[in-house]
Order: sequence, then structure tokens, then C-alpha cells
Amino acid sequence: MAFISSGYNPDKPMEDRITDIGPRYYEEFYPPVIKKNKGKWLYHEILEPGIVVHVAESGDELYAIRCGGCRLMSVSHIREIMEIADKYSDGYVRWTTRNNIEFMTDSKDKCMALKADVLARKQPGGCYKFPIGGTGASITNIVHTQGWIHCHTPATDASGTVKVTMDTLFDQWENMKLPAKLRVSMACCLNMCGAVHCSDIAILGYHRKPPLVDHEYIDKMCEIPLAIAACPTAAIKPSKIDWNGKKLNTVSVNEERCMFCGNCYTMCPSMPLADTEGDGIVLMAGGKISNRIDAPKFSKVVVAFIPNEMPRWPTMTATIKKMVDTYSANANKYERLGQWAERIGWEKFFEKCELEFTHHLIDDFRDPAYYTWRQTTNFKFT
Amino acid sequence: MVEFRHKTPLIDQLETGPWTSFVSDIKREHESRMENPKGIDYQFNQDCCDDLLGVLELSYDHGRTHWKHGGIVGVFGYGGGVIGRYCDQPEMFPGVAHFHTMRVNQPMGHFYSTKYLEQLMDLWERRGSGLTNMHGATGDIIFLGTSTPQLEEVFYELTHNINQDLGGSGSNLRTPSDCMGQSMCEFACFDTQEICYQLTMEYQDELHRPAFPYKFKFKFDGCPNCCVASIARSDISFIGTWRDDIRIDQEAVKAYVGGELKSNAGAHASRDWGPFDIQKEVIGLCPTQCMSWDGSKLEINTPECTRCMHCINVMPRALRIGLDTGCSLLLGAKSPILDGAQMATLVVPFIKVEPPYDEIKETVIEPIWDWWMEEGKNRERLGELIKRQGMQKVLEVTGFKAIPQMIQEPRSNPYVFWKEDEVPGGFKRDINEFRKYHQR
Repeated sequence: MAFISSGYNPDKPMEDRITDIGPRYYEEFYPPVIKKNKGKWLYHEILEPGIVVHVAESGDELYAIRCGGCRLMSVSHIREIMEIADKYSDGYVRWTTRNNIEFMTDSKDKCMALKADVLARKQPGGCYKFPIGGTGASITNIVHTQGWIHCHTPATDASGTVKVTMDTLFDQWENMKLPAKLRVSMACCLNMCGAVHCSDIAILGYHRKPPLVDHEYIDKMCEIPLAIAACPTAAIKPSKIDWNGKKLNTVSVNEERCMFCGNCYTMCPSMPLADTEGDGIVLMAGGKISNRIDAPKFSKVVVAFIPNEMPRWPTMTATIKKMVDTYSANANKYERLGQWAERIGWEKFFEKCELEFTHHLIDDFRDPAYYTWRQTTNFKFT
Repeated sequence: MVEFRHKTPLIDQLETGPWTSFVSDIKREHESRMENPKGIDYQFNQDCCDDLLGVLELSYDHGRTHWKHGGIVGVFGYGGGVIGRYCDQPEMFPGVAHFHTMRVNQPMGHFYSTKYLEQLMDLWERRGSGLTNMHGATGDIIFLGTSTPQLEEVFYELTHNINQDLGGSGSNLRTPSDCMGQSMCEFACFDTQEICYQLTMEYQDELHRPAFPYKFKFKFDGCPNCCVASIARSDISFIGTWRDDIRIDQEAVKAYVGGELKSNAGAHASRDWGPFDIQKEVIGLCPTQCMSWDGSKLEINTPECTRCMHCINVMPRALRIGLDTGCSLLLGAKSPILDGAQMATLVVPFIKVEPPYDEIKETVIEPIWDWWMEEGKNRERLGELIKRQGMQKVLEVTGFKAIPQMIQEPRSNPYVFWKEDEVPGGFKRDINEFRKYHQR
């Protein structure tokens, strides 16, 4: 592999440098029917799971077909998407906010031909390359984080937990049988890149052991005051240690105070948290971001810990499936999972979903905790 | 047959089941790189995908990550857009020993032409791993994995040949993102793509050169359905709304009642929920009870409506958003780190969204930034500063008048921090004068 220069001259980095030009102007990527009808759409209708027609005031129609995608996507796969877009949708394609690929065609015939084509495309193990669905009262694609593919702080894998969850919930992806949409999100540590804290069901990676301290290296690798300041519970203090006859600067961790957030590790690589037994999954439920009927809600912790069971996390997927099925069988039409849980009461939610309630699920983190306890005699016996 | 150096029995079990498999996809990219039918002179390790699968298998075996912290890498003059990443087993997996991420500022609405995608793919196949995220959680196109010397080369080609810039990372303005908006959706109350693009361009310096206490996010939702989750995760959340009447097509309402049109645009079609019942499904679920239906006419009492979108979602062919549209601005959302999650708080109930957006920039964005940059602590998000210094401070720095729309309910404690100039005569008093009338 011989180095090929782009034209960049490392000796003169400012020569011909172009900066601050931003993204390309979006309008050049609009299909003509969108350019013409933007802001003048009359209505949309879901013709079948995954296929939506948009009708404009002008009478123009746009058929959008939604295919699930892995957030992690290879150049080869994207070239295949380009080939499909060139063949059926005049060289235009878009992604949704939840990692789905949307092909847009100007006729129903083209849309149906595209559907037959992409459904026939399979990976070597039999997985769909382009599963179709995710519209209306269904489970759409899971937004997620990097996990063990590329991140330094995860407590579980992201792409793998998403793959097995979507396999488990595939019927609800392909059909619109649920009382309302159900959004599943995944974050591999509590930094939560993305909005998993407001999802109907959130899969969250969590550490349960305080950081190890690499005493020999911490003062060389880290700004110790930054690590101390990063701790939200003030559990980290400066200290000294005898190391082979030398006094070294280090930190001590008050383990009872640690909430396992990993902020110290983000500031200081000499304080790793990752641990095979310590790390695993938290499940949260009942959040939403829409203002429909009532205000957006945070997801609540409903399972404090499930061990990492690689490669297919069977306890996690079975617990999620039980929650989804119970919600589906019991909620009213239009009712989101959290709205259903609030209507029947969380005590009933745990009973119906057959989830064990433990002390871990009662909030004890600062002032807002009090507002989550029950200050009334109105409750249900379970 | 392309060889794989690492045996991966655990992650191979993620190649079955109906959902598309990222493991199969990475293997496909490895095969493509090894076969190299186009004769590409790869500038980054040709076998990186094989080694990436090897690292992942090791993590599946250990239950722990094998990536180290990012080092300080980037492109000259920018403080963001590149995230350094190194493997903690470089001898075992030399192909991904250095595996840095580049964030490329996505086109608004995530619309692409295949011509543009081809330019990006050609570049990343040659100078990187051939793996991407479409897209990262913030919205950027993520180029996943390359070496330090390639960072400037990729940036040079992006800017010179593709007319395309990097996105944000670190303590700066993160790449703004939006919902599909008016491009495809009849619910959108403003042009999310245009304001997202214009503010991205206006604040290029803030996006590329970290000068903030921590990250700062703008997100643009065209309506209160909030498809891009701005209310849960952006420091300034723009959510479309309107001030006038919902437009009603009475004939279409009757068509829903008569069953000719499918409720919620067909969203419930895979299950038999029985015949549509407007009383139960629309009127009864309206949170403010501002609607009535007498069997032939639907009426909405607009001053009582909170524009929650439910009725419009259920009957999109009969009900349309009003014509006097704009957006609400909410401040301070964030995920739980550090002090618990915060939803964004309403500060501006209604503002027009019209180019060049001077009112939004001058009365909201810039005063808020000035305050946060002056008072915000290291790694303190705007929402945390608002909690620490109070909503009163937000009003003080923006000059907005307190209005009841900003709160769910008034305070239930009377501990008002009265300011001296609010109390006649001020705080300076004479104790001797007081003692003339009150003995010790």
C-alpha cells in the first residue's frame, strides 16, 4: 500500500485549506416530486406495513417504502442501496431518524416492484438485507450506540442486543397490531448517546462495580483533579500510596457512594469499570417523546439488572417480549406503553408483566426521588 | 474463497434470524476488500474488517470492551469532528490498532442522491475501513475507523472534491439535526431543513472550534409529534406549532365516521379494532375536551386546544394544522449524566420561523450562549445551569417576561428571593431609626 496524497501538504497545512463550508445544501438531494410539492402535502396513508403514500395538493403522489437498516453499514451495503435507488427511485434515497432506509418512488407499480426485489435479497445466513415494515402501530428500528464495536465505556454490546431484540420482535416490525407505536432504544452505557431515556422500552448497558485504580500510572496518564471533579457523588478523593518505595499521587474511591456512571473513566483512563460479572443490562419502560394526548415522559427502570448473555441475550429478549405482548393484549387503541402503565397503575404493570419488584426500583437519587414515592392511600392490591 | 483470520463462533450466531445482520455485513466488506475487484490502492489496512470481527468476538467472550480512550487527534484548526480510538490488543488486531472515527455533517433530512453517496463511498473505501454508521445518534454520517495520517487526507478530499465539511464533537455546537419536515410531512409547521441548514452555516465557528463549557445541541421538530426527539435531547428544542384554528374538512370527518377512511392513516390496519368511534377515539381522548361532534359537524374550541396532535394524527384527511404557524422554543434537555435526565422547558411559546431568523438568533440563542459561557461550569449542560441558577435567571438574560405558559403549576413554597429593587425603599435601613420604635 503506497501512500497516495490527496493534495494535502503537511508542511503547509494552511495552503489551499478549505474550512467552515458546512454540509451540502439539502435541496440538491430532493427528488423532483419533493422539490415541487414541499410544504404542500395534503395527507399521507399507510397502504400496508412499511409503505406510505404521500399525496400533495397538486395531486402528485410519492410512495415511500421503509426498510430496516443496521446503523453499522458497510460501503458494499450502501452501494447496493444505491443500485436499488438508481433502478427504482431515480437515484434518490433517504434515511429516517431511526436508521431506516426509505426509497421514494412516483408510482405504486414501481414501489411494489421494489418491494418484491428487496425482499428477495438475503444475507448468507438467511437474514433479510432489507426487511420492510416499521410504520404505524408497530415497532420500528431500534436506535442505538456503538457498544463493543467501537466505544471505550460500554457495559454491553449495542449492535448485538439490537439484532436479537429485532429478531424477537420481528412480527411487530412487519405488522401494525399494537395499540400504538412502540419505540425501543438502546444505549450501551448511561451516557446514553441518543434519547433512550424517553422510549417505550429502553435497553441500557450498566456497570455495577466501582472503578479499578491503576495507581502506578494514574498520575502520569490523568489530570487527577479532573477525575475527582467528574464524580457526581463526590466519591473520589486525592490520596497517596507507597509504590516500590516511592510515594505516588493517586485517588481513593468511596465505594458506597459510587453510582457506576463511569464519568471518572471518561476523564481518566486509569479508572476502568468494565467487568464481566459486574456489567449487564437495565430495562426501562414507559417513556415517550411525543406530546400527543399527554406530555413527554421519561422511561422508568423496571428491571434493575440482567446479566450479559452473549451472543443472544435470551433473558433480556424474553423479558422484553413478555412486556410487549402484555401491553399489546391489555392497552387501549392509541395508548402508549407508559400511558397504559399509568392508567392501570405501576403495581398492576409489574403484576401483569410478571416482573419482580425489588428495592433497586425505588428511586433514591437526590430530590426528585421523593416525587416518585406514593403519597396517597389510593393503590391497588396485587 | 476469502479467508478469515479470526474464528468467530459467538458472533456468527448473530447471522441468523430475520433482522438484517451487521456481522454478515462486516464479513461482506472484508470479502470485498480482500477480493478488491476494482484494484483499489487501499490507504488503510485492507484486513481491518477481519480484525474488527476478531475484537468483537473477544468482547463477546470476555463480556468487556477492548477499545481504549480517544487520544487527541483531529484535523488542523478544528477541535471537533474526529474521535480518536485505539484497540487495547493492538498486537492481536493490528488492522484496527488505530481506528479513529470521523463525523461528516449530514445533509438535512438525511436526503441523498446516489451520485453524492458514491463520492462519499469511494473516498471512505479507499481511505478508511469501508464501514460507516448511517447515522450517528446526533445525526452525522459516521466514518468508522481510519489511521491518524489519513485524517487530513480525508478532510482535504471532502472539502476539495465533495464540497463537504465535518460535523461537531466535544464541547462545541453539535451538528444540528431535523425531522423530514415539510419535505414529506403535512404536519410540519415550519421548514425544518432550511433553518437547520442556515443555523449550521451561521454557527460554523461554534461547531468546529470548542469554546463552550460542554456540548450544545439544536434539534428541529416540525410538529409536537417530535420525531427527532428534540424535547428530550437538545439544549434548544424547536417544535413546530400554530396559533389559529385547526382546519376542518367536515365531509372527510363524515368519511372517517362512515368508515370510508382509515383511522390514523391506516396505522392500525393489521388488527381488527372494530368500527371507528369518533366519540371514543377522538372526542373522548382529547386532553382538553375542546371538541364536540353532534353527528354531522365537528367543532373545535380553539382557545382551549393545546395542539397535542392526537385528533390530527387520527384523522389526517379531515384535520390540518392551522395557517399561522411557527415554533415553540424549549431549553435545557439532556440525558441522565450527570444529575438526572431533563426534559426541555418551555421558554418561548410562539415565535415565527422565517429567514434570516434574526429574532431567534438575537433574542434566544446568543443571549443564552453568552450566559452559559460566562456562568457554566466545565461539563455543565445548559439544563443543569438553568436548574442551578433558576428560571428567573433565564428571564433575566433573555429579557422575556414571566408568563404562566412556562410552568406546570406555580411554586408551592413562598420562598421568593425578592430583589432589592422590587421592594419600595430598598434593603438599606437604619437600625437606630428602627429602635426608636422597637426596644431591644
